[in-house]
Amino acid sequence: MTATLKISIQIEPFNAGFEQELLTQGRKDIGAVVAFTGLCRSENESLKALELEHYPGMAEAQMKLLAGEAANRWDLLSITLIHCYGLINVGEPIVLVIAASKHRHNAFKAAEFMMDYLKSTAPFWKKEHRIDGSKGEWITAKDTDDAALERWSGLIS
Amino acid sequence: MRIRYFASVRECVGKSEDVLELNPALKTVADLIKHLKQSGEEYIRAFDSVSLRIAVDHSHAHLNTSIEGAKEIAFFPPMTGG
Repeated sequence: MTATLKISIQIEPFNAGFEQELLTQGRKDIGAVVAFTGLCRSENESLKALELEHYPGMAEAQMKLLAGEAANRWDLLSITLIHCYGLINVGEPIVLVIAASKHRHNAFKAAEFMMDYLKSTAPFWKKEHRIDGSKGEWITAKDTDDAALERWSGLIS
Repeated sequence: MRIRYFASVRECVGKSEDVLELNPALKTVADLIKHLKQSGEEYIRAFDSVSLRIAVDHSHAHLNTSIEGAKEIAFFPPMTGG
């Protein structure tokens, strides 16, 4: 792949605007940037935070793999993938996916593809921290996550 | 060989990893699970989950995946990142 790639798994929150600026800085070839940020939401005021566990080593490897797959499928110029771990409070960011290309179509498709793949193939797990102090549960995977993956297995539009 | 457990599987087993001596009789992930289940009730509970996911040396794997020469096998529930 010829696209430039940044992957980070970090405990501190990221600044999506700053990351996008970093990615486009000094580049004259990029015509489209699509950035997706996933945030920790309160689930009707029941949730205080999420505890994010990950598998160091494999998480990086899987993120690299899916970025490479995206770069194979679409004409991309630059990719940034950031995933946070540890305790993430409501309102704080969890994940950032940025795809940059010459034209918007490739950036839109690649960003959505990478997000879908990341959810189901990168080894991260979320546990709830509830506002009322009761024991939080592990969040379980949704069937819709697998369904989201399947639609990418056909031909690329 | 290092065996690692994550999230609900880690909580069920009660620890984050085991280290096993190389055992030539263990050829696949299924063999390894059968072997680990002899270690106690908590292992049986952890491995009987229908949604168990497996990784061999940081790659997604399945029950039939060979573990010969593998350094690290991991067991965990379906991923919920993003």
